[in-house]
Amino acid sequence: MSLSDVVRPYGDTTGDGRVQVSFTLPVPGVSPAERALAEGAALQLAAKMGLSPAMVVHTKPIGPGFTYFIVYGRVSHLVDLSAVQVVPREYELLAPAEVNLRIRETLGRKLVVVGATVGTDAHTVGIDAILNVKGHAGEKGLEYYREIRVVNMGSQVPVPALVARAAAERADAVLVSQVVTQRDAHLASAREVGAAFREAPEFTGGAGRLPLLVVGGPRFDPASAAELGVDKVFSRGTTPGEVASYLVHALAPATGAAS
Amino acid sequence: MNTKLNLDPEKVRLARELARQAGEPVTELAKTHTTVSIERAVLRLGGLDGADAHGMPWVNRLTDAVRDAVGLSRGVALPAWDAMVAGGYPDLRTLAEQAAAGQVKFRLPAGGEAVAAREQAVRSVARGVATIDAQRARRTRMIADLADPPQPWIYLIVATGDIYEDIPQAQAAAREGADVIAVIRSTGQSLLDYVPEGATREGYAGTYATRENFRLMRAALDETSRELGRYVRLTNYASGLCMPEIATLAGLERLDMMLNDCMYGIIFRDINPVRTFIDQRFSRQVHARAGIVINTGEDNYLTTADAVDAAHTVVVSQLLNEYFAVEAGLETWQLGLGHAFEINPSVPDSFLLELAHAQLVRELFPGAPLKYMPPTKHMTGNVFAGYLLDAFFNLCGLMTDQSILLVGMMTEGIHTPFLSDRDLALENVRYVRSAAGRLGMSFQPDSFVTGRAHQVLDEAVGLLRRIGADGAPGLLAAIADGTFGVTRRPPDGGRGLDGVVARADGYFNPVPALLGGGKRAEGDAE
Repeated sequence: MSLSDVVRPYGDTTGDGRVQVSFTLPVPGVSPAERALAEGAALQLAAKMGLSPAMVVHTKPIGPGFTYFIVYGRVSHLVDLSAVQVVPREYELLAPAEVNLRIRETLGRKLVVVGATVGTDAHTVGIDAILNVKGHAGEKGLEYYREIRVVNMGSQVPVPALVARAAAERADAVLVSQVVTQRDAHLASAREVGAAFREAPEFTGGAGRLPLLVVGGPRFDPASAAELGVDKVFSRGTTPGEVASYLVHALAPATGAAS
Repeated sequence: MNTKLNLDPEKVRLARELARQAGEPVTELAKTHTTVSIERAVLRLGGLDGADAHGMPWVNRLTDAVRDAVGLSRGVALPAWDAMVAGGYPDLRTLAEQAAAGQVKFRLPAGGEAVAAREQAVRSVARGVATIDAQRARRTRMIADLADPPQPWIYLIVATGDIYEDIPQAQAAAREGADVIAVIRSTGQSLLDYVPEGATREGYAGTYATRENFRLMRAALDETSRELGRYVRLTNYASGLCMPEIATLAGLERLDMMLNDCMYGIIFRDINPVRTFIDQRFSRQVHARAGIVINTGEDNYLTTADAVDAAHTVVVSQLLNEYFAVEAGLETWQLGLGHAFEINPSVPDSFLLELAHAQLVRELFPGAPLKYMPPTKHMTGNVFAGYLLDAFFNLCGLMTDQSILLVGMMTEGIHTPFLSDRDLALENVRYVRSAAGRLGMSFQPDSFVTGRAHQVLDEAVGLLRRIGADGAPGLLAAIADGTFGVTRRPPDGGRGLDGVVARADGYFNPVPALLGGGKRAEGDAE
């Protein structure tokens, strides 16, 4: 590591290491004695976070049992840029307008997505969070994208019905959500979907283009796509924007892109 | 209220008339159909509660059993209470258990047996309606004994997923100044075709709406209301596939306001349009009786459509919501029509445009407790800029005399609010209210603001003409065509259509007549 790779936060002078943090502690801060104890507690936390010296600049009781603090301090840690690891995302995150533009330019038609929860799983929360306009985590669902046509089949869809619908709609991608994990039901369902599509007469022998198979749910391992026989696995916390970006990456790659 | 925009009363009258023309065919649909959730609400008012070992409510089990045996085109009440009388069951719960076990033969009684079944049904359901009345009276009494906070009411959201975490958070928010507490529902509850049971501790980005959760939260807020000497209102969501049942539970457990939009579920949750319109009429009949203020969801349109281009669709939706609400028996003071501060802050004069829109809505609906929603779409994660934007929202709300102010969070879109986020947000409101709360009185809009307001009203009238005037394709066609929220929803699409049943001759539902006379009962008698 060279010296130029080492940085500290910048307040108003190089190397001063100054940062601001705010947090709430579940301690009372109303009376002078409570306030003194609360501020001492805040300073202890700041010290443990590596802030030294630290200064509590704002103390505010929130109701009888909580106190809010704003703390400024000098952080003692160094940042080594040469040791920063960036996990490369295999696809670029795109805004909805960029997704729409890419589909228009590359496919020249709407991208068709068929989604369902299969087997005995009655939970639609996952598939709806990704597909419904309402969306999830502050992002609109795939229905919101003008260039994506969404067919949401809902829950407890038999796999053969999903295959048939995907063929009828000429789906570019099939999204399957599985929430129930008892006896690894989610893994079994995902494998069943992968196998059913690969073996379906609708898609074998050049009969039709096999759609991109995407499964997701809170308990999936994102690295298990090959093992499950699908193209992509999404895990907990996935947002609609990530799914849309991935679909575009896989189905409508930018012309001239290296991948 | 003094008017600042000089709207043409003829144009305003025309807008309302066009909204009526657009809405009437849909009301006709609601009068000639029922849904599984309406029938289940009848059973809930009749006293049926609880769920089987799998958590499926007995109202679902009994309604399904009746539907399988004799269909629902004449309603659930007649065959259910006929079976009660004929089988000598002590209560609906026993009947439901026996029916679920396949032990009950349902039939459509005639003659004296039908009269007896109807009498029993009316007697049971009347007890449910009496409970709703008692809760309404209790609210009135508490407000008289304590105090009713002045408007704008400060509206705050809690959403931990765990009712036992929600309660202390709601109480803390009330102590810090919230007048209204909303408990956000778990993601996806709107698509469940049953209402979960009991106190719940696990939800996705929200807490399930259940009767027990309603009861627990209302009891906690009653305690806090007495502590604070002002009545703290409680809000939840009568939307989704179980809208009529949730409205009923809200009346039984004294919720004070309910989100209840005529089109939200259609546009944003892909619930079948026909199902939604039928369900919302019944829900609003219940809300009217319960003295509940409804909140409509026009703010949502602006999260998908552009807040400038689509401003007139908000006004159109408000006029439709008003028509449907009044038709169902709600009074003006119960119409919490919604709108939002969602214009991109980088648009020049964005604050003036917001003022124009907010003042227009205020003057179009002078007696309604308007609900004004804070920015969400342009909250970027820069919490400091977000705090400033929320202050401008507060200022606009106060200047234009909005009635219910949903308090914006600087951490909107990052996480469900921290305790401190809420406290800072309230500090923001308090500052703006104390510093500039009276600014509205001296504010005189310039020609830009006035011109914009007139333009939006003209565009709204134009759109209503294209929807509802003679020979126009109608509201369902407009929804199918993507008029609202830039989303297309055909009348035969979406979820829940299989729960819609055309009423046959002899349809019997004792609820609407018990809920009240006047417009409410028209077309609803057996």
